[in-house]
Amino acid sequence: MSIVIDNMTKSFGGTSVLRGIDLTVETGELVALLGPSGSGKTTLLKIIAGLEWPDAGSLTVHGADWLRLAAQDRRIGFVFQHYALFPHMSVRDNIAFGLTVRPRAERPGRAVIAAKVDELLHFLQIAHLGDRYPAQLSGGQRQRVALGRALAIQPTVLLLDEPFGALDAAVRRDLRAWLRNVHEETGSTTIFVTHDQEEAFELADRVVVMGDGRIEQIGNADQIHDHPASRFVAGFMGATIELPVQMHAGRAEAPGLDASRLPRRALADGPATLFLRPDDVVPVADPAGRWQVTRCTSNGALLRIDLSDGAVQIPVDLPRRAPEARGLSKGSRVILRAEAGAIFPAMTTVPGREATPGAVTAFPRKEKSL
Amino acid sequence: MSLAAPQARAGAHAPGQSRAMPRLLIGLAVVLTAIIVVVPLVFIFWRAFAQGWASYLGNITDAQTLHAIWLTALVAVIVVPVNIAFGIAAAWAITRFRFPGRKLLVTLIEIPFSISPIIAGICYLLLYGRQGLWGPWLAAHDLKIMFALPGIVLVTMFVTAPFVARELLPLMQAQGSEQEEAAVTLGARGWQVFSRVTLPNIRWALLYGAVLCTARAVGEFGGVSVVSGSIRGQTNTLPLQIELMFNDLNTTGAFAAASTLTVIALIVLIIKAALESRR
Repeated sequence: MSIVIDNMTKSFGGTSVLRGIDLTVETGELVALLGPSGSGKTTLLKIIAGLEWPDAGSLTVHGADWLRLAAQDRRIGFVFQHYALFPHMSVRDNIAFGLTVRPRAERPGRAVIAAKVDELLHFLQIAHLGDRYPAQLSGGQRQRVALGRALAIQPTVLLLDEPFGALDAAVRRDLRAWLRNVHEETGSTTIFVTHDQEEAFELADRVVVMGDGRIEQIGNADQIHDHPASRFVAGFMGATIELPVQMHAGRAEAPGLDASRLPRRALADGPATLFLRPDDVVPVADPAGRWQVTRCTSNGALLRIDLSDGAVQIPVDLPRRAPEARGLSKGSRVILRAEAGAIFPAMTTVPGREATPGAVTAFPRKEKSL
Repeated sequence: MSLAAPQARAGAHAPGQSRAMPRLLIGLAVVLTAIIVVVPLVFIFWRAFAQGWASYLGNITDAQTLHAIWLTALVAVIVVPVNIAFGIAAAWAITRFRFPGRKLLVTLIEIPFSISPIIAGICYLLLYGRQGLWGPWLAAHDLKIMFALPGIVLVTMFVTAPFVARELLPLMQAQGSEQEEAAVTLGARGWQVFSRVTLPNIRWALLYGAVLCTARAVGEFGGVSVVSGSIRGQTNTLPLQIELMFNDLNTTGAFAAASTLTVIALIVLIIKAALESRR
């Protein structure tokens, strides 16, 4: 009793959008498809909905081959990013739509439909909006109506495409908690697409990280945060500092770097890349250090320090009251101490990924959300 | 506030600019509109009624004129629904699907806008006429297209083909297909999606296009004049009838018929304005 996707591929024109997706979602699970735009997550969602068709692969739901079923017969609830409410219908009629289009033999009576709509309006906390039209609603209210319309048909699967993407931050947080409640109360299998890590980890039981048409990793927040399965996931999860290192007896070594706090890795000796988050690097004062502080600003709690070794710049975040912060100022010489990080063999051993020239790239610092 | 207010007033009337210029331009526009549009319109009715009501009614109820009115209405009644169906189908295909030749179809739909109707008429004549490409075959099967109702309908269809499609295309392009996809996921079948989601969204543009199409179908002269043969009381549409009466030096009759056509046009215009205010 689950959704099973097996070796699914899809391309638009000459562009591969899905390059072999294998995924199983258990009944009642809440799963997030997380990835940057262009990673294929929305296409995957639309294939499950029956709004797109894969080039190859299979989609089995509760044992039935869904690729033989038209979208109309799958009974999925699909919530669009921009709601796609019917502007000429009242909220009530929007929610009732899925029931009123059923063939006469299966269609519930008017009174039954009206009662069902009332129930949903209450459940979604929009009972006072029943007679309004979509144009008279706020974004958050529209999203609730869109979800109500999808839930009215008692869907086997609930699919949400960037459900909070068009809302402002406060409404977004509010709706997130609300959607979690809705999921728990209805118990429906739910898959949602997002590019917002916080949203994915806070809401979902499991997060599927997608990049460039592949599933890069499946797991919960801690697993993905601490043990990124690939360079892509490491970078996507905020480890934007890439340092070239040499592996020696399972330890990473590089001039000006103290990686002794990292656990030993089962990697062959040779060149590798160390991925670090700006807050997992501690600059340690050392008069002979390879790195020099080029800029040091404070936001009260954190010091934001730019370090340079003459060739590249890396950003580092350090609590202002940390002992290492004492005495640091522009021009100080330091070495780097890595507190946590992910190590991957150098580019040449990973096929199918484009190599970054120079291996050390200083990305803009990832802004902390408020 | 107290500082901003005088500035705002000064901005409304920049120094050194007199009030004369705007007035002159507005006056010019009014005079030109009067000369080009209003005076001719009033003149039609003035000439139509020049010999009194009785004469006007006599001219309108003339058997040939009545037949021309009937034929014109018949052509419109045939052409407009066909064009609505074609317009919806074309706009749907172009905005909802990607297929080879899609751009070509858009261009093809626009062709009647850029080709003089008389060229269309001649083309049809050369195809369907007695000496035309398919003339012998048609004659052998006793099918009369030219100088008969089918020819008039065909040419009018050609000339009015773009009207509905051109109205719908930009609207349906802008609306995208998400609402239709939503309807499909909710279980709606093709016809339900169209009648309950697509059609309500395009209804005003559709009506507007139909109104423009009607106005053009009723008023078409050039193309129809080639293919109708202008047989009085048989293949004369109202615009052709007006021209014939005018050539007969029956000016009052011509103007009486013209007034009918003008009234139809005005009604169409009023419907259009009403629709626009509701959109």
